[in-house]
Amino acid sequence: MSGPSSYQPNSRFEKWLEARLPIISMVHAQAVDFPSPKNLNYFWTFGGILTVMLVVQIITGVVLVMHYTPNAAMAFDSVEHIMRDVNYGWLLRYMHANGASMFFIAVYIHIFRGMYYGSYKEPREVLWILGVIIFLLMMATAFMGYVLPWGQMSFWGATVITNLFSAFPVVGEAIVTWLWGGFSVDNPTLNRFFALHYLLPFMIAGVVFLHIWALHVAGNNNPTGISVKSKQDTVSFHPYYTMKDAFALVCFFIFFGWFLFWAPNYLGHPDNYTPANPMVTPTHIVPEWYFLPFYAILRAIPSKLGGVLAMFGAIAVLFLLPWLDTSKVRSANFRPLYKQFFWVFGFVCVILGWLGAMPAEGIYVILSRIFTAYYFLHFLVILPVLGMIETPKPLPASISEAVLKKGGGAGRPAAAAAAPEHRG
Amino acid sequence: MATMEHSEPTRRDFLYIATAALAAVGAGSVIWPFIDQMNPDATALALASTEVDVSAVEEGQSITIKWRGKPVFVRHRTAEEIAQAEAVTMGELPDPLARNANLETEAPATDPNRAAEGKEPWLVMIGVCTHLGCVPLGQSGDFGGWFCPCHGSHYDTAGRIRKGPAPENLHIPPYAFTSDTVIRVG
Repeated sequence: MSGPSSYQPNSRFEKWLEARLPIISMVHAQAVDFPSPKNLNYFWTFGGILTVMLVVQIITGVVLVMHYTPNAAMAFDSVEHIMRDVNYGWLLRYMHANGASMFFIAVYIHIFRGMYYGSYKEPREVLWILGVIIFLLMMATAFMGYVLPWGQMSFWGATVITNLFSAFPVVGEAIVTWLWGGFSVDNPTLNRFFALHYLLPFMIAGVVFLHIWALHVAGNNNPTGISVKSKQDTVSFHPYYTMKDAFALVCFFIFFGWFLFWAPNYLGHPDNYTPANPMVTPTHIVPEWYFLPFYAILRAIPSKLGGVLAMFGAIAVLFLLPWLDTSKVRSANFRPLYKQFFWVFGFVCVILGWLGAMPAEGIYVILSRIFTAYYFLHFLVILPVLGMIETPKPLPASISEAVLKKGGGAGRPAAAAAAPEHRG
Repeated sequence: MATMEHSEPTRRDFLYIATAALAAVGAGSVIWPFIDQMNPDATALALASTEVDVSAVEEGQSITIKWRGKPVFVRHRTAEEIAQAEAVTMGELPDPLARNANLETEAPATDPNRAAEGKEPWLVMIGVCTHLGCVPLGQSGDFGGWFCPCHGSHYDTAGRIRKGPAPENLHIPPYAFTSDTVIRVG
């Protein structure tokens, strides 16, 4: 996708460096000249937003570690110390805690954008799979991070999630004991979760690098889902998408800031301000909001191993998505039936999230089962069948044609057609 | 150099395979300490036993003690609770095994096998739901025993799973009455 770099080393130093490590021309080709479809909408800004959120989490995390103590006897108090005594400690901790939620909001929008516009289809299967790996690493990181304050929800969340592994026959109990480093969640568990919580973000950064690499091989998908055919279909990444991404990022930060300054505990759970007590489970334990749909699936199955397999299966099925969707047409804009099923699926995921927050009794259990069944039905039956029976709408000949038609020709030609091929 | 086709394995093939095999054994033996360090250490393994005086626990009361970092329920059951547990037939139990560390593993989950030996009112169990490890609430749920609020498992008055996702009866730790009123767990 990327063409040759237009970068010309001018100064003596640039020429010297270029001959030894052509890093400036590489960055120039990938982040400045990089040809991007000219019709990308604001849903395409979330990749950039996610990259920035990863950096925010790493920076706030590193400075929080300067004040946090990973010991079961002192962890809770050290978090309160951060909140009360450390200069701007409250701000840094709320940035990190709410940042995790913002990270997941952005990643869910990013994933659903990929589903709507068929971004996982050939030739972007590896790009999609790397994304699912990032999502898994994010979930592991977020889970272990939530354990570190060592409140009641930390402790019991850790207990329930690690106990998931006890569902596996024969080796289950040994795995759980190995994860805990003891016979219950205790100080050794906290220590290792802390070590891994610090490690995983850097692994995420590594997979993000591969994700962006794969993206720059295939190039961006776009709202029409049709491939770039000529230079007229693209604009250079800078300044067009650097500016669009920057504007979207500012809007996203306003949203982040609203939670950060006006409702910093809205997305958390008050029970986590109670120190961990291994003798008492809170009457209603729930995971963080971003795990709720998967938690609902776990509880929907009336068998321990079955529930665990269904929960892991709900994520594993995403790896197969490029092959389960049999339609050759990428964008839902040209798939009248898929478009409806996409929104039904989105609704099902939201309802599963709501059910995950409800107690596991009565009508909620029945609803969880129905919606869990639909979740899997969507991937395993609806998507393969739709590709075979659906008649897609006619596709435009090119991205340019689609853009000009949408712009209405005479109405706003400047905005649509005047994209210069070279930056000013 | 031109590539040469060998249908027969050569001395070089043997050396490659031998080298790779030795490297695999070496890597495997080095990785074990890095895995095993996460298993319970000597302090966690030191099998601490706990003694508790239950003389003050009246019929219908229970206490919770801590053993190996886990809660252990000690309940002095009422005659009514025992009768309820006795009335249950084996066919009604999702888990037919007693899960009693003091008996052999195949012992059936009858009420006497669940209760303290020769002291049927006393029930001593690890208070950890066999589903995902929450601490169940006492004297609640559909069977008058224990109810786990996390995912809705119901246990009866002998701590046997009756309804919900938990696969096993509440486990019974190794314990003994050292006198009429003192229990040693562990």
